[in-house]
Formats: sequence, structure tokens, C-alpha cells
Amino acid sequence: MSSRHTDRSEQTVLRIDDLGVSFSTDAGAVRAVDGVSLSVRRGEVLAIVGESGSGKTVTAKTILGLLPETAVSEGAVILTSRDGADENNVIALSRQRLRQVRGTDVSMVFQEPSTALNPVYTVGWQIMEGIRAHGAVSRADARKKAIEILGRVGIPDPEVRVNYYPHQFSGGQKQRVVIAMALVLEPGLIVADEPTTALDVTVQAEILDLLRRCRDEFGTAIVLITHNMGVVADLADRVAVMYQGKVVEEADARTLFTSPQDPYTQRLLAAVPYVGQGVVRAAARAEARAPEWAAQAPVVVADNLRIQYPGRLGRPGFVAVDGVSFSIRPGEVLGLVGESGSGKTTIGRAIAGLTRVTDGSLSVLGHEMNGFKERRFKHLRSDIGFVFQDPASSFNPLLTIADCVAEPLVVHGRAANPRAARARVDELLEAVQLPRAYGDRFPHELSGGQRQRASLARALALEPALLIADEPTSALDVSVQARVLELFAELQREFGFAALFISHDLAVVDILADRIAVLYHGRLVEEGTGAEVLGSPRDPYTQRLLASLPVPDPAAQELRREELRRLRAAG
Amino acid sequence: MTRIDSPPRRPSRLASLPIIHQLHQSVGLQRGMLVAGLVITALFVLTAILAPVVAPYGYSQLRGPDGVFGAQQPPGGAHLFGTTVGGYDVLSRVLWGAQTALFVIVVAVLLSIFAGVFLGLVSGYFGGWLDRVLVVVCDAVYAFPSLLLAIVMSIVISGGKSNLIGGVMAAAISITVVFIPQYFRVIRAETVRIKSEAYVESARVLGSGNIRIMVRHVLRNATRTLPLIFTLNSSEAILTLAGLGFLGFGIEPTAASEWGYDLNKAISDVSSGIWWTSLFPGLAIVLVVMGITLVGESLNDLADPRLRGRRAVGANSGLVAETSVVPGGTLTAGPGGLDGLESGTIHPNDGEATS
Repeated sequence: MSSRHTDRSEQTVLRIDDLGVSFSTDAGAVRAVDGVSLSVRRGEVLAIVGESGSGKTVTAKTILGLLPETAVSEGAVILTSRDGADENNVIALSRQRLRQVRGTDVSMVFQEPSTALNPVYTVGWQIMEGIRAHGAVSRADARKKAIEILGRVGIPDPEVRVNYYPHQFSGGQKQRVVIAMALVLEPGLIVADEPTTALDVTVQAEILDLLRRCRDEFGTAIVLITHNMGVVADLADRVAVMYQGKVVEEADARTLFTSPQDPYTQRLLAAVPYVGQGVVRAAARAEARAPEWAAQAPVVVADNLRIQYPGRLGRPGFVAVDGVSFSIRPGEVLGLVGESGSGKTTIGRAIAGLTRVTDGSLSVLGHEMNGFKERRFKHLRSDIGFVFQDPASSFNPLLTIADCVAEPLVVHGRAANPRAARARVDELLEAVQLPRAYGDRFPHELSGGQRQRASLARALALEPALLIADEPTSALDVSVQARVLELFAELQREFGFAALFISHDLAVVDILADRIAVLYHGRLVEEGTGAEVLGSPRDPYTQRLLASLPVPDPAAQELRREELRRLRAAG
Repeated sequence: MTRIDSPPRRPSRLASLPIIHQLHQSVGLQRGMLVAGLVITALFVLTAILAPVVAPYGYSQLRGPDGVFGAQQPPGGAHLFGTTVGGYDVLSRVLWGAQTALFVIVVAVLLSIFAGVFLGLVSGYFGGWLDRVLVVVCDAVYAFPSLLLAIVMSIVISGGKSNLIGGVMAAAISITVVFIPQYFRVIRAETVRIKSEAYVESARVLGSGNIRIMVRHVLRNATRTLPLIFTLNSSEAILTLAGLGFLGFGIEPTAASEWGYDLNKAISDVSSGIWWTSLFPGLAIVLVVMGITLVGESLNDLADPRLRGRRAVGANSGLVAETSVVPGGTLTAGPGGLDGLESGTIHPNDGEATS
């Protein structure tokens, strides 16, 4: 920390003055950034937060001159080189100069590490490419430098791995390689656009640690673009909150989280879910239940469930779910948590009859899913609702919302055609708090949150006994997510369906679930009430998962970081 | 916030029709290309329909009120484009030829579009062995030269005699056989993609039947690229017909007028300085193929947002796009109090004010 407070740290690396960016689209001009002024000092992490469409990514891209041809920008983006000798206005630079500035003065870390690396070249080649593009460096020297930087970003055995191809690394390691590429020319500034969004939460914690080391060891300033308030609390020194193309608030991290000034920031922070929210509610629900509730026949029983995806010829298949047992009783919400590849979505799809069960037993509403036949299961489909992850793709783009919501009623013969079902559709839309008139709109005319409400309306149209929600809020902005979760809880109280709520986010599951099951590599590692699993986790994986989850509070997050370090050292 | 209650303005039905929509969308050079293509194509279709009215003589007419036309008359006087070696009026032959060409396009494309779309949909949706067999068959058809196939067809259909129906059907069927794999491929690829979309899965979870999913959810979403292939195939159909005629498998001049046949008969004229018998039918082929191809290419460019040109915008113009959150309360808005929350996405038309 102390090294950042020398007089050098007072230098600004980046100054943005009154930046405005407009895009020409099919529908005319759209203004993405509107009069934004920011500055970043040497060795400082400035986080730009905002929800989708707030202009944060466009601002970031302007810093590197990466805007597409359809964009028109005004204002100034002044970039100072690392030694402070050179100042450039990125907007006015020629292509040639821009190429020289990129990499040496400023570089970028992308969101999706698997697409940011070229799959047909070794990572070493890709790092050397950057070095050799900026000055005559011999192959051997460039290679030495590549090995050194790989080692510094925490890739084990860099001498060997420098010859690896991207697919030979895990997602987190790939992101380390991308960061190494950004660091190799020691730029004064790194722009990191959602660097951890595509990563699992335990990997995210490691990458955040690495970025923190970039700042402390390399003295690099970082512009961190993110929508995740936990990530901001973990890493940022200063925070700029963007909304509708403007910076609505700028403050240092601690001040922003303890006393946010702008009403938008306040609402944004209030909407962030945190672990521990749902314990009281779950307890209240448990108490309200009749004593004979526990004796009821469960809606879903999985016993030693195993699901294997067929492999290619001559290779063993991939075991997605391995010996999982759980049950969901009527009116109960089971939260299923796990990282990508843990098999949580596979379980949800198996319950809905979209994926076949390989071994063990899965009984859904009394129907055995092992040896599944669509014809025999069809009459039970009206008792199962399914809410998909991405509200954008879960509606047929050519049908109106009313037609989409009426679809289950028509298919199961409750209405002759979508028009006859309209009265019921209106009721359903009102139940999910959408105005009736929205029924006549097409899916693309609704926002993400509205679409997910309509998706809930469709899933509930037949008043199912069981609802499967597969990451229903992970594609939504945090404040919209809060509303959808609230609505979900209300509907669950009202309709009393049992639910399997699948999510990668412990805090989201905690809000809704009566019981939480944690999956890891296809195995169920822990199951219990929210208070049990989140309050005193027994399994080391759950402990690590919980400790990796960043909380939107810089002070608390610092303590949690220590806790995580201790856990990692122990396990 | 009153905007929410009124449904957003939608473009009229007319403006959402395939080609008219693209015409609205295009700017600059792309619009010029599209308009030029559309004008030529419209001229072609009009000529084909109105040939009996606009052509001065019939396609097989050899004598007028003043007696026999005479062979190889130079342009001018009663024969604007001159006459052929057989003594036909070139202008009339060119105009009537449009009718034959249009006939072939309609028959060939209609046959192949229905068969190709149906096979592609079934193959892509169900997959399995049927899919594999169909894909192999289509690959095999690709290896067939369409002209060879057309020759075989013309022999099968009309026993080598070339009347209007025989000639047109030979060309149309051979083109159909060659084009089916194209429609099949496109629709199959789209179907395979759409099959894994969440809205199809959601229909399956609801218990919709396969036919209902195929018709209501997959087919309508899979046909977006059809106008494009349709136009490109149309021009290819004309070329095949002309090629057949040129090789001598075309239509007898007494049955119908056909540009390829006229070109064939004009070969010997070229060396003796009689230019008009080959120039006009040739120009007709070039113009029609170019017109239809221009439409097709423009549609292709406009369908791809990365190739589509847009009007330039001023440095400080445009409305700020709304994000999903609007001041007014995220957690406070209850039932009915939705106005403050998530006020719809901006409808595309709303941003037009400043452009």
C-alpha cells in the first residue's frame, strides 16, 4: 500500500473530459455516453459500475480507441505514458499512433478469456506477438519475457506451459494468460472489461487477487468495468457509478458503500442480494407449515441419480450428475447451487424430461423418469412449469407475449386458441405485475425483466405443482433481479407450488430457498436449510464457495479475503 | 412515463413486407443497388406479363400485312431490332422470351422451395438416420452438373422434341433437383439452430406435439433467408434455360420464344457482321440476371448488420438509451406501481427524432 503514496502516485494516467459517444443504428442516432469526465491516478483502481446499457463498456472502449465505425465521439481522452513524458488524446490519434499507444500505454483484459485467445497459436506465441509488435526484440528475448510474465501471473511451470495452446488451460488460467498479455509491455493503465463475469466465483476471487497484485507489484492503474458490486468492493479504490450514459456519482470505495449520495446508487446498493437475507423468511415459512406436512409424498425424489452424456466414439461419456439424492416436498423451494459444470442444469432438465436419466431413480410427481417415454409423461407436463435462464431467447420472436403465455393453455386443451385464452392470459400477466396491454407486444419490445415476468406467467399458466427455474435471474441486472426474486417469492406464497431453484449465486438462492443443496463436480456435497448450509457449512467446498463470494462492503470484504486465504492455505 | 400505456408505434403492415422493409432500411449505394435491381426485375416481370400487348408481332410470326418479313433485315423501319436468320422479328422474340423465362423461374423455384423446405425441416428437427441419409443424398446431387441433368430431363419428358411445356419443364425440373439441396441445407441448418433455442425447449416442456413445434415455432423462424436464395436461384434458373436453348435442347421457335435458342441461331451471323440477332437476346439475359442478382445481393448485405450501411450521425446527437432501471423505485414499486420501474425498452422509432 505504501508504495502507492509516493509523489508518482499523484500523476494522472488517464483523464477523460466531457466524453460523448453516439452510435448510428437502424433506428437513427443513439447516444451511449453523455458528458462523462473521469480521471485515473497512477496505481489506482477505478471501478466504473452500472447496469447494462449505462455506457460503461463504451467508455472503456473509447480509452483504447476500439469503438466501431458506426460511433462518433467528442471530448477528450488524454492518456499519459508510463514515464509521464508523453500525452496523447486517443480520440484524435491517427491509426498508426493508436497502434503504438495500445499495449505500451494502455491495454485491455476482456470478459471472455476463451474467445480473447486465438485457439490455433500457443499462448507463448500470442504474448510474444505483442512484444515484437512494439520494437525489434529477438525471438529468444521475447520468449524469455513471455515465460517471465506467465510466471508472474501465477501460471505454474511457465517454461513448459508457454508452448501450450489455449484449450489446455482452464478458464481461470486463460484469464491469467490474457492478463499476462496485457501486462507484458508494462502499460501504465489496464482496462478490464468485466474480467470475472464469465468465471466461477471461486476462480473470480483468484483473478481479483491477481489484479490486485498487478496494481501493487506492477504499479499499474486499472479501470475496472463491472456490474458486480461485490467485485467493486473487493478491488476498487475509487468508484464511478454510471447511469444512462452519465456519471451520477463518483467517490472512493469506502465512502460510496457506506454513504451513497445519489438516489440511483442507493437503490442499486439496496438491490444487491447478500447471504443471510433469507434465513428469517425461511424460518417463518417452516413454522407456518402444518405438522403433517413432512409426511406428505414428495413431488420429486432423486435416489442415487446418475446422468451421463454419451461420449464420442470409443471414448467414455461425460458424467454430469453422479449419485445425487434429494427430494422436494409439496410447496417447498429447493435451491440448487453449484459452479458451471457442476450438473445443476442437467438435474433441472432431467426433471422436465429434456435429458435422459442414465442410472438410479428419479421420480417426478410419481412418474419414474428412468426409462422415459414422452407419451406416458405427457399428461404430467401440465403440472410442471419451467423458467429458462435467458429471457431473450425463451420466447418465440414472432409471437406476441399473449400468444406465448396462452401456448400452454392451448396445448393442454384448456382453450381452443390463443384468443379464447386471452382472459386467463390477462389475469396471469397481472399476477406477474405486467400491464394487460403488454400482451399485444412482441418479446423484443419488452425489457429483460419484463420478459422474465412473462416467462413466469407462462410457466404458471397451468398452475403447476412443480416449477423448475434454471438461473432465472442471472441474465438480469441487479435491481431487476431484486424485483423478479421478490415476485417469485410472492407467487410461490400465492400459488404454493414446489420449486427447484437453480443458481450459481448463493445469495440469490438464499433469498428464496427453504433448503439449499450444493453441487460440486456432479456430486451433492452438502444439503440443509439456509441457516445450516450458509451459517455453518461443513463441507470444505461450501466453505470456499461462501468465502469466495464478494460482499458489497469494502471493510467486510477485506476480512473475508483473509478468511479465504486461510481456507485456501488449509485446503 | 405516460408512454408505457400506449403501445409502441409499429411500422405498418406494408412496411414489414420482405422487400419493402429492406428498401426503407437501406441507404446510399446499397439503396441504389437495391432500387436498380428492383426496377430491372419489375420491368422484366411486366414485360413477361404484357408481352402479348407490347410485342409488335407474335413470337412465331413470319409475315405481316405487307408480306414476308425477310431474313436478317437490319434494324429500322417495321423491325426496330431487325429480323433473324429464320425471318422472325428480333424485338418480338426478345419480349416474348421474358415470358418463357418467368415461367421457368416460377415453376423451378416453387417446386424446389416446397420440397427443399419440407425436407430440411423434417431432417433438421428429427435428426437421426433420416437426417444422415438426406444429407448424403443432397451432397451427391451437388456433384451433378445441372445442364447434364436438364438434357436428360428434356429427353425423358418430351422425348427430345422441344415444345413449350417440354422445354420449360425440362429446365424447371433439372433446376429443381439442383436447387432442392440448397433450400434443404439452409432450412436444415436453421432448424438445427432453432431446435436448441430456449423457446423450442420451452414448448417441449409444455408438452406441445412435434408437428405443432415444427410449424408454429421452428418453420416461421427458419424462413428468414429464403427471399435471398430465392432471388439468387432465379437468376441461375434463367442461365440454365438459356444454356439449354443454346445447346439445342431448348424450345422450338414455333412453340415459344427463348433467348438461348435465338443466340444459338445467331452464331453464324456474328462473323458476317449481323450484330442485331445476337446482341438483343444476349442483352436481355444479362439485364435480367443482373437485375435479380442485384436484388439478391442487396438483400444479403442488408440482412447482415455488419454489412448494412447506416446514416451518419452528428457528434452530439441521439437520445440516451434507457437502461433497465428507471428512477422511481426498484424495490418500492408494487402492483400497479410499475410505471416507475423498467419502463419498457425504447422502441426503435423513438430514437429517430434527431436523425
